[in-house]
Amino acid sequence: MGFVDLLQSIIPPALFFSAPLIFTALGGVFSERSGVINIGLEGLMVMGAFVGIVFNLAFADVFGGWTPWVSIIVAAIVSAIFSLIHAVAAVSFRADQVVSGVAINFLALGLGVFLTKQWYGKGQTDMVSQQFFTQDIPLLSKIPIIGEIFFQGIYLSSYLAIVLAFVAWYVLYKTPFGLRLRSVGEHPMAADTNGVSVYKMRYIAVILSGALGGLGGSVFALTIALNFSHATIVGQGFMSLAAVIFGKWHPLGAMGAALFFGFAQSLSVISGGVPLLEDVPQVFLLIAPYVLTILALAGFIGRAEAPRANGEPYIKGTR
Amino acid sequence: MNTNKLFNVLVPLISALIGLVAGALIMLGFGYNPIKGYAALWNGAFGDIYYFGETVRQVTPYIFTGLAVAFAFRSGLLNIGAEGQVIVGWLAAVWIGTTVEAPMIIHLPLAVIVAALAGAVWGFIPGLLKATRGVHEVIVTIMLNYTALYAANAIVRNVLSDNEDKTPDVAGTASLASEWFQNMTYFSRMHYGIFIALFTAVIMWFIIERTSLGYELKSVGFNEHASKYAGMNVKRNIILSMVIAGAFAGLAGAMEGLGTFGYMSVQSGFNNLGFDGIAVALLGANTAIGVVLAAILFGSLKVGGLNMPTEAGVPTELVDIIIALIIFFVASGYIIRWLLLRFKKEGK
Repeated sequence: MGFVDLLQSIIPPALFFSAPLIFTALGGVFSERSGVINIGLEGLMVMGAFVGIVFNLAFADVFGGWTPWVSIIVAAIVSAIFSLIHAVAAVSFRADQVVSGVAINFLALGLGVFLTKQWYGKGQTDMVSQQFFTQDIPLLSKIPIIGEIFFQGIYLSSYLAIVLAFVAWYVLYKTPFGLRLRSVGEHPMAADTNGVSVYKMRYIAVILSGALGGLGGSVFALTIALNFSHATIVGQGFMSLAAVIFGKWHPLGAMGAALFFGFAQSLSVISGGVPLLEDVPQVFLLIAPYVLTILALAGFIGRAEAPRANGEPYIKGTR
Repeated sequence: MNTNKLFNVLVPLISALIGLVAGALIMLGFGYNPIKGYAALWNGAFGDIYYFGETVRQVTPYIFTGLAVAFAFRSGLLNIGAEGQVIVGWLAAVWIGTTVEAPMIIHLPLAVIVAALAGAVWGFIPGLLKATRGVHEVIVTIMLNYTALYAANAIVRNVLSDNEDKTPDVAGTASLASEWFQNMTYFSRMHYGIFIALFTAVIMWFIIERTSLGYELKSVGFNEHASKYAGMNVKRNIILSMVIAGAFAGLAGAMEGLGTFGYMSVQSGFNNLGFDGIAVALLGANTAIGVVLAAILFGSLKVGGLNMPTEAGVPTELVDIIIALIIFFVASGYIIRWLLLRFKKEGK
């Protein structure tokens, strides 16, 4: 097996597994940069997966080949609305943000499975017929070597995730909006004094995290799971949260971490065809991403500096 | 501050009430009879002595995982890792239970203690990394959850059994199962673990409220820098807090391995005892007595909820929605306080 073949068998699946994590982690970055901890990413993904699948099943005849794209947009909108619950609790009701995030996780899963049983009469939905399919990117896939590795047999959603990461970086670091959002997460009182509405910025950030979490969940459902049940999203939201922290609350860092997790997850799937990995017992490949993350954090990254006001409700007029 | 203490009791109570009312509204909205639904829930939890036994069986590990989360919370640490600590505890208990031969007086305590130790080790890692390297405990505990899950599965399959999906049953000398309880409760899976759970809750209360260690742990939770200035060893306290929390969660695993099931099987995903423990700790306001009460509530809801589809046609998941809403309102305690205060003023 040549080196190019090797890369070709590793990179597309890695991108495939990473995409949902990238979307969701970007949501986490927005939320936490504004000072609202979001343990609820898992729940937002569950909501996204649920809506994505249900919409897809219901409207596959109407939208035909465009169904998965419409589905993920609808899932993003519904999850954004759903995340309002976290926003109201964390920003207006001064709730403990960790607790409220945990509630979001429970609520999304409960609602999702409850409604699934209500509407389909069983614990899981049927498989969708209109899922995302791999495709070759026109022109780019013709480039020798690079085209083979990066642009053949790829999900477009994976590219959308990477593009969005750069968009998120631009928005957060190069626009006045991003500056305000970050300032609210670092020192809300100072931001308030300068006329930035802390509450408004935090609401926007949490809603953005809802939309991105919904995208992540629905992309996962429509590329990997293909139906919805209680076991569709099991920990991907927590992985994304880990990517946020691993990536030091930076969109590109979070993307890098998510790519790493995706790569590591794909290892256990593709190991059969890769020399060297063939003989390693499956369990080591399964736990590798998690152990490597711990080692990396302990060894190279060290102290993680969260946004200063992360987790603190802002109460106007106190000092 | 008497009103403050009153609020600490009132807020969870009101939250639980709002959660149950919201559950009733949801049932109404979907065309079910809420009275029938809650009657089914009640019957499923306490309707006869068998269900009562099953409820106690479910409450037992909830007490432990609730304590595990609450204990870490008191020193300002978020233990998302109870899930993994339960798994390693379960594995360790079953390992000792199936491979060691000894009289009960040695075998059972040994299995329980080793389970606690395994959980403690699983708590020590995030504690150590937090204290010495400043690594966020949330991320390490999440990673350790997955590590525990996959590693335990591999050990069950390749070491403790011959490529099967479950281990053999633990020896009778290491079993918490109680014939007496079983006969009394029409063969529910209720076991002696409930006594260990209640005893552990007392220990937690004692450590937190009556020892200087508990005082230091709380102090670190309130203000790390002030504690350091006061001469406390913050690093040691952080590690210790996670170790003790891990031991509690490891015991929850022992309850499942030695009591409820008597074996360990390959798990396709998390059993959620740890995540539910977060809810238990929160509703219990991170106190020992609160955790026991919250564990009883959530345990009854979970076991009783299983009866709702057959008796009232309501999907079991309604219970999860109710639990979620209860947590949500506990978190939003501020708004409940505010409403109560307003109400009080207008009453005058």
